[in-house]
Amino acid sequence: MIHPLMILEYFRKFLSSLHISGECVDAILYTWMIILCLLVLSVLATKSVKTIPDGLQNFMEAIIGGIENMIVETMGEEGRPFFPLIATLAIFVLVSNLSGLIPGFYPPTANINTTAACAVVVFITTHIVGIKQHGFGYVKHFMGPIIWLAPVIFFIEVIGHLSRPVSLTLRLFGNMNGHELVLMIFFGLAPFLVPLPMIIMGVLVSFIQAFVFMLLAMIYIQGSLEHAH
Amino acid sequence: MNFFTMCILVAGFGMALGTLGTGLGQGMAVKSAVEGVSRNPGASGKILTTMMIGLAMIESLAIYALVVCLIILFANPYAKLAEELAKAVAK
Repeated sequence: MIHPLMILEYFRKFLSSLHISGECVDAILYTWMIILCLLVLSVLATKSVKTIPDGLQNFMEAIIGGIENMIVETMGEEGRPFFPLIATLAIFVLVSNLSGLIPGFYPPTANINTTAACAVVVFITTHIVGIKQHGFGYVKHFMGPIIWLAPVIFFIEVIGHLSRPVSLTLRLFGNMNGHELVLMIFFGLAPFLVPLPMIIMGVLVSFIQAFVFMLLAMIYIQGSLEHAH
Repeated sequence: MNFFTMCILVAGFGMALGTLGTGLGQGMAVKSAVEGVSRNPGASGKILTTMMIGLAMIESLAIYALVVCLIILFANPYAKLAEELAKAVAK
């Protein structure tokens, strides 16, 4: 993708010594832009915190409160320590998905490297949480209910656990990339008004995929928190 | 048939078959969820969350098919080999 933004060309030259392909450089730049935007937004929102919130603080509080409610509903009270991770993932994925709506922007989640990074973070977190919570007893999660079936179950469980980051990665990547491809094909066919329904569906898909990513991250972490049965 | 013609055919049919089963599965999931909500509107929040997880799991099958089709179309590992072979045959 070649974009009219001049900063992109400069950035590609800047990173050319690292042998990163053009699309990946775009994704990195857009990721950094989104991180910067979110940082500035959160600093602005918390600059003057009041008991009776107004404006930006009100908006951010609504988002944060909604995510917190969802975490407590899904994971229970012991899910509260994971609120920063899950909320960060959710807001980052949502904003990245929606950034595809801005002309000249390409959602960084439509690049497989970004989604893989997010999924690997979730994957590593689940196992760290499991080992922290259960110690060596975390092995029981992989053993299944019957002890003499454990050698068989162990491999199935390991494959199941390894398929989690793959499915998390491919789901988000496939949805966002597929949506962008469909949009491009529609633009090629008839650029006037025809892609509009697809754009509206893209907004819906962005919200649903961010929600699903957050939900699955919560469920995976909760699965390693609870006792094996 | 040309190698690349076959690639495009396979990508199209693969996507069609992949979405067929996924569509049926998602339809059944949504049907049950709607039935559940209409019987007990109070449980709509919980049903929505569970349904979303289920839908995401089912949907990933179609996404796998999509990724495989994209690989066949845009990042085919055998494209170069086929091109060389075609050149050698043409000679």
